[in-house]
Parts: sequence; structure tokens; C-alpha cells
Amino acid sequence: MKVGVIDYGVGNLGSVARALEEVGATPIRVDRSVDLHQVETMVLPGVGSFLQCKKILDQDGWSQAIRDEVDEYCKPLLGICLGMQLLADWGEEGLENGAQTPGLGFVPGRVVSLRKLGCAARLPHVGWNSISPRLENYLLKGVPKGTDFYFVHSYGFLLQSERECVATTQYGVEIAAVVNHGRVWGTQFHPEKSSRAGLKVLNNFVWGPEC
Amino acid sequence: MLKVRVIPTLLWRSFGLVKGVGFDSWRRVGSVLPAIKVYNQRDVDELVLVDIDAHRSVKPPDYETFGEFGSECFVPLTIGGGIRCVEQVGFFLRNGADKVSVNTAAYDNPKLISEIAKLYGTQCVVASVDVRGTDGDGRWICFSEAGKRDTGRDVVSWVRELEGRGAGEILITSIERDGTMQGYDLDLVAAVSAAVSIPVIASGGAGNYQHMIDAVQQAGASSVAAASMFHFTEQTPAEAKKSMATVGIPVRQSFNN
Repeated sequence: MKVGVIDYGVGNLGSVARALEEVGATPIRVDRSVDLHQVETMVLPGVGSFLQCKKILDQDGWSQAIRDEVDEYCKPLLGICLGMQLLADWGEEGLENGAQTPGLGFVPGRVVSLRKLGCAARLPHVGWNSISPRLENYLLKGVPKGTDFYFVHSYGFLLQSERECVATTQYGVEIAAVVNHGRVWGTQFHPEKSSRAGLKVLNNFVWGPEC
Repeated sequence: MLKVRVIPTLLWRSFGLVKGVGFDSWRRVGSVLPAIKVYNQRDVDELVLVDIDAHRSVKPPDYETFGEFGSECFVPLTIGGGIRCVEQVGFFLRNGADKVSVNTAAYDNPKLISEIAKLYGTQCVVASVDVRGTDGDGRWICFSEAGKRDTGRDVVSWVRELEGRGAGEILITSIERDGTMQGYDLDLVAAVSAAVSIPVIASGGAGNYQHMIDAVQQAGASSVAAASMFHFTEQTPAEAKKSMATVGIPVRQSFNN
């Protein structure tokens, strides 16, 4: 399975590609949006700020290329961490006074700071935290309730509807941990850095419901 | 619930792993790659790997070697040593690191922390701070260049500045306790934890599981790092977490499937 790891200049690309290899996929670092069509499924990593990353995605033609592949060619997409947040309609990170940047718009909702969501604990939310599944979804097949994953973020995805919320985690407030809309998934945690549990999630994503 | 992490620290110096006492008297303790493989197999929570000579080197870091290290590691890996500019951070992240730790360069150029945070996010910047206590007045002074240069900075004001500039975590190390296995400097860890609202990793002095429990329960550490007790004794990160769990500290259970 050729998995395109979208290389738009940010993110821990090495870790993501290596973990995909480990689950038997063939990761391909795609560093030009015109080449995205060559792969069968896509992973969008991301670290940094929503504004910064979205700017690059727009400038270099990624936003449109990703949308074409998902909408027209039905290719699955997994956003990781900030990559998941970029799936939202809007994000406020990187701007003053709660102004918002449009996201990729695959999963209805917006991204706001965990402080604003009511989290009073130390931020960023960094470390291993357990997830609670809310919906049956093959991404979490074989992953029991309470399994720990590695999180590191200061913003959270505020979903418009519960229907897209596959799993949550608790850190002072309830935070969306896994989201899904159609063929698009997002994990707030880093599956590539969540040891065996994370590899299981990547395996499910790559090989689909029959795996 | 968020878990308390137990983090083995690996110090690297010209092709091998080393461990010292008080940032001195370095002993060879093995090779880097096998150590990373073993810790990965044992499913540790996180690893920190620091090249302790890099601050002296004019050459750029050996990214290829780091890439090899990263490719064996499916848990979070923080890489540090000699990071002076934001471009280096990009290389490390592309080669298997998930976070970078910055120490010496932050004193010379505090803006570096903000630049990394702006481009790669605060979660990516672990500010590493090495300190020695002052006589009598209960303060600690920060040292750069692997403990050699007195920066004159007071730890409390320095960690606040680091937080303000965008550091995502503080790795606080007592130079005097380093390698002694006599326990963390709990007053130091408590002072730093109280000064900032970002996570604090206690380092320097861990010798047994009770020391780790104390760092969390008495001093408010978010995570605990250790080197000597894992290199030189039979104690392991997994057993450390078992001990912590018995006193009610939340720790990660390994996933087996």
C-alpha cells in the first residue's frame, strides 16, 4: 500500500514514515502537491501553528490537491495532531483576539485553545493519556478503552457534532482524541509515537476494515 | 487521565553512551543504538538523547546518525546538544526526533526559543536547565556548556523567561545531584514547578523508585528522568512505574496485542 506522507516542510516526517513501514505500508514522502495523485492513501502530519501550516498548504497547492484526492478519487486521509486540527473548518491559533483561519474543512468544527475550553491544568497537554471510544470505528479496532496514547498539544478540536467524535481523552476538560468524517480521520495523539497501540491504529488506517 | 512519564536519559559523547557524576568523571556505558532498541522494546514512555560535547563543536550535528537512532524508536524522542539555530531543529525533526532540547544557546540567544516555538510549536521545545545551589540562601544558579559556565541567572527567573518565550517543557537538572543516586533536589523541583505552568521534568539524582515518587508527590514534577539508576543498577523503568502505581501515581500501562 503506497501511503503518501505529505511533506510540506513541517512535522516529524521521519517518525511517521518509519512507523508506516513498520505496519507493512510503503510510505512515500510527497513533497510536491502535484505528485499526490501517485499514492493510494494519505497522511497529513503537522507541528507548529495552525496559521503557519495552513499558509503553506494554501501557497503550495496542497489544500486543493488534498481535497481533489479525497473528494474525487475517494482516497482515505489521516491527519495527525496539528494535521487533525487542520481538518477543521476554522482555527484560531496564530492570530490575536480570537480571529480565525479557515482550515481544510473536512470535519465540521473549529480549533480553540485548551485554556479557552476550560482546561486549568499545565499546558501543553503532553504525555500519555487514555482514550475513551464514543463510536464504533475500525480505526480503533482491537484498541480497548483506556489505552494510553502520546499527546502533545495546546489546542483542541471543538466538533460541531458528536457524530464525528470517535474517541475522547480527559485533561481537565474532555478533548476530542479521534475524529472521523467519511474517508477522513484525525488523531489528536501521535500514533507514530504511541508504541504498539499507535502502530495498531496506523495498521487499521492503512489496511482498512478487513485487516 | 494524564500519566506521569518515566524517562531514561541517554548522554552521548563521541560514538558512545556515557554517564558521569556531577557532570564530570564520565564513564562509558555502552553504545547508543542498542540502548535505544532495548528501551523501545521495553516500551518506555519517552527517551531523551543528548550529545554532551556538541556545544563545543563547530561542525553541524551528524543528522544521519541521529536518523538511525530515531528509526529505532516508536516512543517520543527528544534530541539535544549543540542546537543553535532553527534550521537545525528542522533537520532533527525530519530525522526521527519529535522534540528538541535547548540549553546553552538559549542563554546566548533567548530568541531562539521563540523562533523554534513559532515555527514548530511550543510542544517541540524542551528547555533544559542545569543548576547548582548557592550557599545558604536557598537559590540556584544556571550553568551552560554542560555545567561549565556560570551564567549568573537565577533559576526561577530563567525558567519563567523560557516559559514566556514559548518553551513547552522544562527539564530541570541539579548538577550537584547528577550521578549521585541520592535523590532529586526536591526543593529545586518544587521551586521550578511553582514558577511555571508548563510541565516540569525532574532530573539529576534519582537512585531508586522512592526518589521518583517523592519528586512527583512532594515536588510536583510532571515526569521523572533518570540515567545512572538504569545504567548501573538492576532497576528498570517498568518497575519504577509499578512502584509509582502502588502509591496511586497514574502511570501508563503497556499495550500488548
